[in-house]
Amino acid sequence: MPNTLVNLNDVEKVFHRGSEDIHVLHRLDLSIAEGEFLALMGPSGSGKSTLLNLLAGLDRPTSGTIEVAGQRIDSMSRAQLAHWRSRHVGFVFQFYNLLPVLSAERNVELPLLLTNLSSAERKKHVATALEIVGLSHRAKHTPQTLSGGEQQRVGIARAIVTDPTLILADEPTGDLDRKSGDAILNLLQSLNREQGKTIVMVTHDPHAADRASRRMHMVDGQVSSEMAA
Amino acid sequence: MKFIRLVLPNFKRHKLRTLLTILSVMVAFVLFAYLGAIRNAFSFGVSVAGADRLIVRHKVSLIQLLPQSYEQEIERVPGVSDATHATWFGAIYKDPKNFFGQMPVKPEEFMRMYPEFKLPPEQMQAWLKTRTGAIVGRTTADRFGWKVGDKIPLMATYWRSKEKNSQLWTFDLVGIYEGSPETDTSNFFFRHDYFDEMRRGGQGQVGWFYIRVKDPKNAEAVAKAVDAVFENSPAETKTETEKAFVKGFAEQAGNIGAIVMAILTAVFFTILLVAGNTMAQAVRERMSELGVLKAIGFTDTQMMLLVLTEALVIAIVGGGIGLVLGYYAVKGGDPTGGALPVFVVPVRDRILGVVFVILLGLVSGLLPALQAMRLNAVEALRRE
Repeated sequence: MPNTLVNLNDVEKVFHRGSEDIHVLHRLDLSIAEGEFLALMGPSGSGKSTLLNLLAGLDRPTSGTIEVAGQRIDSMSRAQLAHWRSRHVGFVFQFYNLLPVLSAERNVELPLLLTNLSSAERKKHVATALEIVGLSHRAKHTPQTLSGGEQQRVGIARAIVTDPTLILADEPTGDLDRKSGDAILNLLQSLNREQGKTIVMVTHDPHAADRASRRMHMVDGQVSSEMAA
Repeated sequence: MKFIRLVLPNFKRHKLRTLLTILSVMVAFVLFAYLGAIRNAFSFGVSVAGADRLIVRHKVSLIQLLPQSYEQEIERVPGVSDATHATWFGAIYKDPKNFFGQMPVKPEEFMRMYPEFKLPPEQMQAWLKTRTGAIVGRTTADRFGWKVGDKIPLMATYWRSKEKNSQLWTFDLVGIYEGSPETDTSNFFFRHDYFDEMRRGGQGQVGWFYIRVKDPKNAEAVAKAVDAVFENSPAETKTETEKAFVKGFAEQAGNIGAIVMAILTAVFFTILLVAGNTMAQAVRERMSELGVLKAIGFTDTQMMLLVLTEALVIAIVGGGIGLVLGYYAVKGGDPTGGALPVFVVPVRDRILGVVFVILLGLVSGLLPALQAMRLNAVEALRRE
C-alpha cells in the first residue's frame, strides 16, 4: 500500500467579489498517494484550478487543512510557502510560461537559483533534466526558436530539475496539437512510471486524462466521480 | 550574483527604450557635473576659503578705501598673528571680456598669508627685485598664453598712472603661481609700493586687510575686537571671515548656487519620472513572468530586489557614464575660455553624484519593486 503524500481535509475555498461570496470548493476531502498520477477534470469554474493552486501553496484555503509529505501548508506564511514551493513543487503550465529572454537551459536552471548548489552542480542538474525530456541539443535556444511541444518539454524539465515531491500540471497539452500533446503525455507518464513522480494534472481532455492512474471529476467545487485506470 | 543573470537580459527586450532611458539619465548627470562646476566657480572657492583668515573692509562698502596705517593697529589686536592688505585694481587686458582679478599687494606678507599659492623661490626673488614685477596664476597665464618675461599692459578703469596721466600700466611678468585644482589661480598680483608711488591720488589708502588669527575658534571674537578699534573713526570697518567675504563678493552676480540648484532639481525630477515610468512599464509588461518566478519559489523580498537591481543598473550605467563625461567636459576647460577662476567638479559633488545615482535607481525602482513584491502569483498567471 503506497504512502499518502497529499491529504486535504474538509477544505473550503470562498472568494469574495464585492458583497458576494463565491464558494469554489465545498468541504473537500482528498488523498493522493505517493507515485500517483491524478487527472482532475471538470467544467470551467468547477474548482479544479483552485484546487491545484491550493496544492501548490499559491493560495490558502478559507478553512480545512492541507498536508503534503507530512507538512501542514495551509498555516504557512508567504515566505515559508515560497521556500516550500521551491523545494517541493514542480509546475507545468498550459502556455509553458518560459522567460523569453533566457535560453532553454537558463529557463530550466531558474528553480536551482534558489538552492545552494554551485554553478557546476546546477549545470549538471540542468543537463540531466534536458536529457530526460530529450532536448539536450536545444539547450542554447531561446523559447521563440522552439516549437510549442519543445517549449512544453523545457517547461517539464524546469519542473523536474529540483526533483520535487509533487509535479502539478495545469492543462499541459491544452495549447498543443495532438501529436505534440501525446509526446508530452508520454513524457509525464514515463516520469510517473519510471521515476515514481507524483503528478496532479488538470485537463479538459479525456484522452489526456486516460494516461493518469486515477481520474477525478469535479463539479461545483466537489468531487462528483472518481475512477481508477 | 547568480540573480544578475535574470536582470541583465531584460534590457534586451526593448533595446531602444533601454537606450533612451540610459541616455536621459546620462544627460542629467553630465548636467549635474557641469552645473556643479559652474556653481563652484561662481562661489570663487568659498568652500576652500581659509578658516583662519579674516577680511577687514570699509563698513560702508567694499569700494571705500581704508588707511594703510590700520595694518599696525590691527596687528596689535590680541589673537591676530599676521596682517596684510590688497586693493582692487580693476583694469582691462585688451578687451573688457578678458576679466580677471588684479591687486597690488606686499609680496612677502601676501605670500605668507596665502601659502596655498605655490611660487618657485627664484620667481619670488625676481618679484622682490623688480618694482614693476607681477605674478599671475596658472589659469590666467594659460588663458592668455603668458610666460615669465612677458610685458603685460593693463588699461586701468579707475587708477590712472602719474606717468603722463595715463590709464596704461605695464607690468613685467616675473612669476606664475600654481595651486591645487580647487585653488583660485586666476588672479594677477603686483607690488603695492610701485602702485602707491605711481597712482594719481589715493596714496596711503588700501582696499582691505587680510588677517590671520592665532586660533580659528576665536575668529568671531577677533573680528569684533578689530571693528571695535576703529569704531567712531572716519573709516569704520567690517570684519568677517574670508568665507563670508568671498560669498558676499560672489553673490554680487546673483545667487548662482540657487539658480543651479533650481535647474538641477527640475532635471532630476524629470529624470526620476522618465526612469520610474520605464521601470513601471517594464514590470507591467511581464507580470505573468514575475508570477512564474513567484510560483517557482522566489520570495517577496527576492522579487523586490530583482526589480530594484534592474532600476539600479539603469541608473548606474547612465549616471556613471554621465558623471565621467561631465568630469571630462569640465576638465576640457570652462565655457568662458578662462574667466571662471576655479572650474573643477568638487570632490563633494563627485560623492554627491554617486549618491544621487544610487538614489535615482532606488527611488525610480521603488514602486515597481513593491508591485512585484506584492504580486499575487495566481492573479499574475491568469493574465496570460
